[in-house]
Amino acid sequence: MTQLGCINGYGVHVPRLRLAREVIATAMAWASPPVRGPARGSRAMANWDEDALTMAVEAARNCRAASADVSTPQSLVFCSTTAPFVDRDDAVILAGALDLPSSVETLNLSASLRAATNGLVNGLRRPGSTTLVVASDLRLTRPGSSQELTYGDAAAAMLLGPPCRQSLATVLVAVGSNSDFVDHYRMSGADFDYALEERWIRDEFLMKVIPTTVAQVLRSAGVGVEAVRHFVVPASAATAKRLAQACGLAAARRDDRVLMHCGDAGTALPLLMLADALEAAVPGELILVLGVGQGVDAILLQAEPGVQGAAKVLTRALESGRDEPSYVRYLSHRKLLDVDFGMRAERDQRTAHSVAFRKRESLTAFKGGRCERCGTVQFPLARVCVNPGCRATDTQVPHRLADSRGRVKSFTEDWQAYAARPPYVYGNVEFSEGGNLLMEFTDVETGGLKVNDSVRFVYRIKDEDRARGFRRYFWKATVA
Amino acid sequence: MKSGIKDKVVIAGMGCSRFGERWESGPDDLMVEAFEEALADAHIERDQIEAAWLGVFFDEQNTGKSSLPMSIALRLPNIPTTRVENLCATGTEALRGAVYAVAAGACEIALAIGVEKLKDTGFGGLPERTKGTFEDLYLPTSTAPGAFAQLAGAYAERHRYSMEELKRAMAHISVKSHENATRNPKAHLRNRITERQVLDSTPIAYPLGVLDCCGVSDGAACAIVTSPEMARRLGLREVVSVKALQLAASNGVEMGHQSWDGTHTLTTPIAAQRAYAEAGIRDPRAQIDLIEVHDCFSITELVLMEDLGLSDIGRAPHDVLDGRYDRDGAIPCQIDGGLKCFGHPIGATGLRMAYEIYLQLLGRAGERQLRGRSGNGPAFGLTHNLGGIPNRNVASVSILGLLS
Repeated sequence: MTQLGCINGYGVHVPRLRLAREVIATAMAWASPPVRGPARGSRAMANWDEDALTMAVEAARNCRAASADVSTPQSLVFCSTTAPFVDRDDAVILAGALDLPSSVETLNLSASLRAATNGLVNGLRRPGSTTLVVASDLRLTRPGSSQELTYGDAAAAMLLGPPCRQSLATVLVAVGSNSDFVDHYRMSGADFDYALEERWIRDEFLMKVIPTTVAQVLRSAGVGVEAVRHFVVPASAATAKRLAQACGLAAARRDDRVLMHCGDAGTALPLLMLADALEAAVPGELILVLGVGQGVDAILLQAEPGVQGAAKVLTRALESGRDEPSYVRYLSHRKLLDVDFGMRAERDQRTAHSVAFRKRESLTAFKGGRCERCGTVQFPLARVCVNPGCRATDTQVPHRLADSRGRVKSFTEDWQAYAARPPYVYGNVEFSEGGNLLMEFTDVETGGLKVNDSVRFVYRIKDEDRARGFRRYFWKATVA
Repeated sequence: MKSGIKDKVVIAGMGCSRFGERWESGPDDLMVEAFEEALADAHIERDQIEAAWLGVFFDEQNTGKSSLPMSIALRLPNIPTTRVENLCATGTEALRGAVYAVAAGACEIALAIGVEKLKDTGFGGLPERTKGTFEDLYLPTSTAPGAFAQLAGAYAERHRYSMEELKRAMAHISVKSHENATRNPKAHLRNRITERQVLDSTPIAYPLGVLDCCGVSDGAACAIVTSPEMARRLGLREVVSVKALQLAASNGVEMGHQSWDGTHTLTTPIAAQRAYAEAGIRDPRAQIDLIEVHDCFSITELVLMEDLGLSDIGRAPHDVLDGRYDRDGAIPCQIDGGLKCFGHPIGATGLRMAYEIYLQLLGRAGERQLRGRSGNGPAFGLTHNLGGIPNRNVASVSILGLLS
């Protein structure tokens, strides 16, 4: 058997906002009465300033923070069907935000919801090197569609590498097969998925291909069905149950949290469900992970002692949501409703790309400067130190602020400025290592911020240049 | 050895347009309105002006760039003209250019004019502006109220006021300025308001309501300056003299260094102390008779009382509520109505402030004339501008007094 790599860490990002399915159902039942049926739980909802890329940054940072392995991965794989750029390397932006060196190998996987398990299988087949696989999707859904109820926005990351002390799982088998079965599709440039009948998908594809694949995997690993204690299958609870029975895995634990509290996060779903399994597994248990999309990937893993001490980041993320009461605001955030935000929203957001490139370390990696003469940290890095008692020239070295903490020195909730989610909240943030910056806040409630609150920093959409179709990102502060 | 600007330059005449939503007037009309008044006041012909400075901020919203819009609107006699821009200190910066030219002996009569036509944008509040090609990529697209509002939270936290207590003092500031403006026909807003109205006004940027904010208006103001000798030759008997004209500019500390606490403006005390020294004022609390400060927002005026050294640190709310800066208080502030009621046509504001001090010093302020400490009229008046936002700004302080 080929030697395969291990899973040495994982991370997730589930947006803080949760839209209760009941809220959607109440708003849309007039148009599509059947949506009343499955209206339980919530779907995770990206804030207006989140997209597949920013969610990926957060999941990857979460992974690197949660795993003891802080070494630089040799390979970074970004998996998504909704990456913001079609021709500009999203994985390179991701690498920049993570402050990975330019030598890191970057790869974008897209084209089907199997992208993340594609990334895992490929990464695992290179057991000598470390690979960070990040999957993220923010899929638009047509109002009133069943996808609107079932989809959710989220990202997950898996760190793959050779066996080590903190390994969470050893991979026994990783295989894939393809088949051009069209359960849903989205043409290039289209906003929405076009989904086919679920019963047909289940009976004609899933129920035929998956039991065969599972049997092959278990046979090649030399284990019986009873050994598999966790069955990760990115399908609805009812379909997953049928598949488990058909595979002889009825006794295996299946995830019921991710779909209920986050929703189907596309390429990220199998990784989120794998995270769920890792949080439930005890060392020695087998986990079978499937990825589905014009074929099936199957990965059989065995939990290692590392799962016992691992931070339960998925549990924490699922439990730390905040209800979004407004379906209309959700539509506006997804640009499915063209709200009149007034003339201030007409501001020209043209980017001087030569500046953006020159300052990419400041803008993407959030690096300021630290004066080697007096130690003062400042943003942005400048030729002359800002410390009035120093002002030395050319003494600064780059200093990353993204992972620092800060304190709210002052803030306002601005109702006059244009904001996609009014009010526009911004203020002075003092970094824990010194230095000050006037920053935007995100994911804060009106009236919820206070002077002296502790904040951390997140990579978010700053604004959009609608005239030229360009999206800009920068770091924002959010309550720690 | 520097000797400062004190008494080297005097004001021969001033003019100020009516401020307001001047839908019928363009920047050229506003400039002519202020200029004609100043010419008549100085009793000179336009061809006697030897150099001129134009202050305008949002050139893209009204005049366009350069000093030519002034030279063309006023039909100046092909003299050297200069356009200056230094954020909200622009008007004072124009005055500084003209005053320094006369002091240098480069000319004997110079013109400073400031104008702003804000009401051609199509929406309320100040127009949007770029902060720089790099800055736009990381700084929030903040508004002026949002940038200044933050002083309140930081101030309340630092000096242990509840926001309710602080907002009461801020409300008093707006009520006082509206009361003063009822006596000024050139003011934009001339209605009385109550403390309750201020506290209940529509939120603009926490904790500021709309009545904590200055108006948005069109206007122009100008000064014709000359040397004391020339003033005598022109037959001017009582003349207002420039006692001090100082500027202090941020160097990035407030935005980038942790030493600034966000509760006040770092540059104002620096400009003020330089101005007091230049004017020979040893005790501003006892010597300054009236002040026109940059009350773009109520909280700005409040912290400025401390930054100018007129209230003890942390005590301004008490002094404000005690009426110290009211019309009948120890140091009347915004006797003309201030930015609050004149609005803030940026290029004009600094010169509009100087216009009020000029009238008060000469005893020509009509029903709002102050008697001053001596009872014979004020001796020293101060103007202050804060250009920019508390995070980075240009503070200007001028002190005017009669030429002894």
